[in-house]
Amino acid sequence: MSEIVTKKTRSRSRVQKTSLAVTYILLIVLGIIWLVPLIWIILSAFRCEYQADGTFIGTVTSNFFPKAYGLKNFQDLFTSTYYGVAKAFPRWMLNTLLIAIVDCLISTFLVLSVAYCMSKLKFKMRKRFMNISMIIGLFPGFMSMIAIYFLLKSIGLTGNPNHPANSVIGLVLAYSAGAGLGFQVAKGFFDVIPNALVESAKLDGCTNFKIFMKIILPLAKPIIIYQALMSFTGPWMDFIFAKVIIGADNAAYWTVSVGLYSMLFGTHPDTNLFTQFAAGCVIVAVPIVTLFMFLQQYYVEGVTAGAVKG
Amino acid sequence: MDSTLNKVPKKKTIDLFEPIGEAISNFRKRFEDGSLGTKLSHFIFGAGNFYHKQYIKGAIFLLLQIAIILFMVLCPSINGTPYGWKALYNLSLTHLHEGGDFDPMTGEFSIGSDCKLIILFGFVTIAVIIIYFLLWGMSISSSFKADMDEKIGKKPTSFIDDLRELLDSRFHITMLTPTCIAALVFTILPTIFMIALAFTTYNSQDMNDIGTNLFHWNGLQNFRAVFTGEGSLGVEIKNRFMPVLGWTFIWAIFATLSCYFGGIILALLINKKGLKGKKIFRTVFIFTIAVPQFISLLAVRNLLGEYGPVNSMLVNLGWIAKPIGFLGLHPGDSENLAKVMVIIVNMWVGIPYTMLMTSGILMNIPADLYEAARVDGASTVKMFMKITLPYVIFVTTPYLISSFVGNINSFNTIFLLTGGGPTYTGYQAGGTDLLVTWLYKVTIDQGSYNTGAVIGIFTFLITATITLITYRRSKAYNEEDTFQ
Repeated sequence: MSEIVTKKTRSRSRVQKTSLAVTYILLIVLGIIWLVPLIWIILSAFRCEYQADGTFIGTVTSNFFPKAYGLKNFQDLFTSTYYGVAKAFPRWMLNTLLIAIVDCLISTFLVLSVAYCMSKLKFKMRKRFMNISMIIGLFPGFMSMIAIYFLLKSIGLTGNPNHPANSVIGLVLAYSAGAGLGFQVAKGFFDVIPNALVESAKLDGCTNFKIFMKIILPLAKPIIIYQALMSFTGPWMDFIFAKVIIGADNAAYWTVSVGLYSMLFGTHPDTNLFTQFAAGCVIVAVPIVTLFMFLQQYYVEGVTAGAVKG
Repeated sequence: MDSTLNKVPKKKTIDLFEPIGEAISNFRKRFEDGSLGTKLSHFIFGAGNFYHKQYIKGAIFLLLQIAIILFMVLCPSINGTPYGWKALYNLSLTHLHEGGDFDPMTGEFSIGSDCKLIILFGFVTIAVIIIYFLLWGMSISSSFKADMDEKIGKKPTSFIDDLRELLDSRFHITMLTPTCIAALVFTILPTIFMIALAFTTYNSQDMNDIGTNLFHWNGLQNFRAVFTGEGSLGVEIKNRFMPVLGWTFIWAIFATLSCYFGGIILALLINKKGLKGKKIFRTVFIFTIAVPQFISLLAVRNLLGEYGPVNSMLVNLGWIAKPIGFLGLHPGDSENLAKVMVIIVNMWVGIPYTMLMTSGILMNIPADLYEAARVDGASTVKMFMKITLPYVIFVTTPYLISSFVGNINSFNTIFLLTGGGPTYTGYQAGGTDLLVTWLYKVTIDQGSYNTGAVIGIFTFLITATITLITYRRSKAYNEEDTFQ
């Protein structure tokens, strides 16, 4: 009897072992598949190959691993003139950083204020406001993008030749103005904060403003970080809005994504720019990925809250 | 099963006319019962506040009224296009002038009408008129409230009191005003503007061809073009609309489901009992989320491109004779291959996200459920099908819906990977174009704003129908406030 049992457990543990081994192999293979494109971009960024006649090879090549490595792409990236703008890449970086910071501040504030109202305050239009904001969210963003462009143009906040810098203000407005309607994730988070906390503070004579500042905000640190992370990384990733609003011929004020995209598909006379593009990608990706890795926990929390709440 | 679980809460029927009727009777009551100040408030904003010695509040109301009236009468103009009553008058798009006439008095050419600005400013003016009437109501009710306060022997609230109220009982007004203004200007107004363009002849290329800056209203003609094929892009719309729509659906279904189930399976793999290095594996996959999409997608595009490493490796291995157009970047490439590849690459993008999301949910499944199943001798597959999947699907239904809608509007993946290719001569819409990327091409590349608007409206109708049907039935909506 006991022999049969040990046999059974032994066979089960063998099954478990093989299944664990299969899992390891699967995960490693998948992990490699997931990393290959990214590794390739990093390798391309450091590629430093020359043709026999001494010209630099900057295009896509068929070899995955470069034959020679170097920092030439990064040097070129930071010193070259693109689209008639000297040292364009550092300019684009700074410009994007500025836009991202302002957008982050405005968007986070708007999202938190709307989410708090929807979650913890009772008023007449609450449900209606939520329904309307959901319906608006269903329109494709590009539809309004063109109209926003005309609107900003009529008040001089697009890339007009006289005041090209104004387009940056226009872009920040376009990014952050609609942010308040994306309150659902934050609202889901606020819903979990017990109402009793708010009620008892009210009994103590706290105003709603004080409750928001002193009770809700300190508890909302994860969601604040999540929202800030999302709105900060937005401008680094978007390029359609940036391209339309800043304007295709206003290269000095582009964001970094528009600039990098134009290196591959633009009207630039030099098509030999793939490796420089790759170098630019590395420069952009490193800080953002680092930020993500540091704030991973908050990101996961936000994603999970969003999933369940919708 | 517990019967209460199945009970769908009764939907409240929304009576559209009830609030209007209420408002009318309210107005009558206030006009009859109100003090002289309240009666005057019906004509002069803030009169009632002055009557009750609330000078600052009254002055604000009065100034706003004067400002709006001046705005309507004086018609300030930007780039030669007026606001105010003239904007409403122009909105019919029948009193246009081409411009460009030389004026010998000033030595300048006259500015022609700008139809898109006329429509835009016309809507802004309508919004201002709506705001005027809202202020009207606010002014009257503010005065009436002071009347009531006086009647019961209270002092009418001072301006400081009102401000203080904005931080407490009316805090929501303070908090929502910035978003409401921003949404009105940057979301609602633009959306209405674009909807309006669907009913016009606004096609900048056509207009260039006949040398005009002007366009007109043309009713439902652009919508009819989907069936009849009339108009400059009519043939394209007629012949390409159904294929694009069909592919948009197929794409949305496959993209959603493949990422969803792929993500669950990956999460199960990573969270397997006894597996070491969970954190490392998770981090690897989070990497692809953290890298901006335009970088990772353009990397994949080049990796799979004609001269990229993948094609050259396959050629070197002797599996293919010449490079394959995986992503349909050239006109002759296979459309079906491009479609399959887009869905596969999208899995690469989307699976880590679902994995992250479902990881947390998987850990919440009560362990005794599995224990009981194991005692009953259930296999791993059976446990997955009977316990894990139903649980995860139940919890994440809202996410499934929103990700389906998100995929219908998934611009980046298609635009960056295939650019909508393979293209077909004579048509804007390529083989892998979704409604949104088509919309982009038609408007930004072609300048055919009216056709773009039609496509956008159809996209909205589809997403709205799906969302409203599923969302209104879901627990999350019906029991939204029971959790609080």
